[in-house]
Amino acid sequence: MLLLEAQLSESGRPILQPGEIECQLIDSTDIDLEQETKPPYWNPLLGGIVSLTTHRIIWIERTRKKEPVQSRAFAIPHPAVHALEPPKKGGLKSLFGKQAVKLRIVVGIRKDGALATRDAASAVRVVMVFRNLDSNSDAFVTRFQEVLEAKAWTVIPPTSALPGRAHPGSEPSFSGRQDGSQPSRAFTTAHAGVSGILKREEAQAKQADETLQEAFGDLNALMSKAKDMVALAERIRMRLAGSSGGTGGGTDEGEGSRQEMQDLLLSVGIASPVTRENAGALYHQQLSRQLSDFVGPLLVKSNGMMALVDVYCFFNRARGTELISPDDLLQACRLWERVNAPVRLRRFESGVLIVQARGHSDEAIFAQLAQLVKTPDGTHFGISASDAARALGLPPALAKEELLAAEYRGLLCRDDGADGLRFYHNFFLELDSLQEAAAGQQQ
Amino acid sequence: MAPKPAFELPYFYNYRPYFTLQPVRDTREKQIQLWKELILSFCKHYGMYIVDVDDFPLFANKSIERKLTNEARELFLNALVMEGRAEWLGKDHRKCLLLWRRIEDWADLIISWVQENALENGVVTLDEMRTGDEARGTDLENLEMIILERAVRLLEARGKAQMFKGSSADDTGVKFFI
Repeated sequence: MLLLEAQLSESGRPILQPGEIECQLIDSTDIDLEQETKPPYWNPLLGGIVSLTTHRIIWIERTRKKEPVQSRAFAIPHPAVHALEPPKKGGLKSLFGKQAVKLRIVVGIRKDGALATRDAASAVRVVMVFRNLDSNSDAFVTRFQEVLEAKAWTVIPPTSALPGRAHPGSEPSFSGRQDGSQPSRAFTTAHAGVSGILKREEAQAKQADETLQEAFGDLNALMSKAKDMVALAERIRMRLAGSSGGTGGGTDEGEGSRQEMQDLLLSVGIASPVTRENAGALYHQQLSRQLSDFVGPLLVKSNGMMALVDVYCFFNRARGTELISPDDLLQACRLWERVNAPVRLRRFESGVLIVQARGHSDEAIFAQLAQLVKTPDGTHFGISASDAARALGLPPALAKEELLAAEYRGLLCRDDGADGLRFYHNFFLELDSLQEAAAGQQQ
Repeated sequence: MAPKPAFELPYFYNYRPYFTLQPVRDTREKQIQLWKELILSFCKHYGMYIVDVDDFPLFANKSIERKLTNEARELFLNALVMEGRAEWLGKDHRKCLLLWRRIEDWADLIISWVQENALENGVVTLDEMRTGDEARGTDLENLEMIILERAVRLLEARGKAQMFKGSSADDTGVKFFI
């Protein structure tokens, strides 16, 4: 295969490189080679979704419904692109109705036939065919040209560019990267020792300060700085993680606020949100995939389930300025089943909507609850929603839903007394009659 | 006569959920079943015929500070009414007549009581049947008048008794032909 294989997330979204941003999506697109240069082993890529990012063109295989197989994806990195040959306009053919639009991309290849990001030996034409006539292929081509001109891939991602890591000697080297032009930092005595560290900290603090100042100075600037802010947040988080592991001797309060800060920062940062503009008709489907990728790690932290309302808050916070409506969120969640996402939307009997991992089952929680009502306290006084919340590590509202679900299954029964609603082991279903109960007691 | 031993309450009578109407169908059905049985055996034990919805000792358990709601009380008694084991007295559903022995069974009991006491072809008043010397120590003692009257009516329909209206309800006489 001429093209490079690209990594996909579990839900089928491309995994972006640091600093990479998705610009435009278009569906029903084929990728083929010009007839005369076609190698014998070449198979055209048909009817996939193409994602244009600042760094690559990614073709993603269309997933069929109910097919657990991961779809494939292939990419052409922009540095390999020599030129674009946009579709000709107003040709004779256009007189006979609409036709699929073709975009030819001239890419460099090495002697061995692989894609060459530099020092290309020869060039071939890759043909992109936009089969969906309703899609805005013109805008895609224009955007492609803009992206190629912007050369975003030559910019070093801020996370690595800022010297934020603990060891000055272990700066990652960029010689292996596509551009390979980043000079490694020269070692001087001015950067060494305690004073060096202090200086660096100072410079770093100043830089962070400037970033913040600039960002908050003007909303437009904030938008353009969004990526940097995400990187900064990420860096602070890394530092917090590092220092909490290193010093260890913080006060409880300090630890608490640090934890809180870390949690906050963890939920910041979808650097490349799917929007109506960049996804067009694919909006809800791609949003659904992105949401699934985003929710995955959060679910692990919150014991397998989250209220949809919380997901909405977290997701929008992470998206920064590109807020989505509750309606879009709901639509995205409803598409999860179709896109084979590893998470699912679930409605409790009471109508409360939650998001949970697909593999997550209530059985484990029910087993925990069944155990809880058989403890001495549970037998005498029952368990309340907050008792269950503490034991299960869930928000009380969700713990209550689980209690109600367990009650509905006949595992628990309720006492609605002066102490509020409390749940007990369901002894009713164990008894068939009064006589049996009396007999059972005498035994 | 020695006082009756106290009724032995089932152990779950001290379980709080027993006093909350369960919302889940299967559980609720079992709960109703247990309540029906408990009410009947409790009344039978103490020879109670009328349950006052607002003041029935079983419906409140002071030791666990729980009592049934009005809705639950009516529901459990209604379940008995549906089965023919109870009847509402009055439309306001505040009092309920308990038939822990069905009317036919009461009628049969009367027949055997008549035979035991050789009252065939004799005449007794209804009141004597439940308060007289012959009634002492039997289940007829202090039998609710409404039940007694109905049982005798049933016997009348079977041709085994005849009632004679007296000056008052207590004076109503019965003649048995067996």
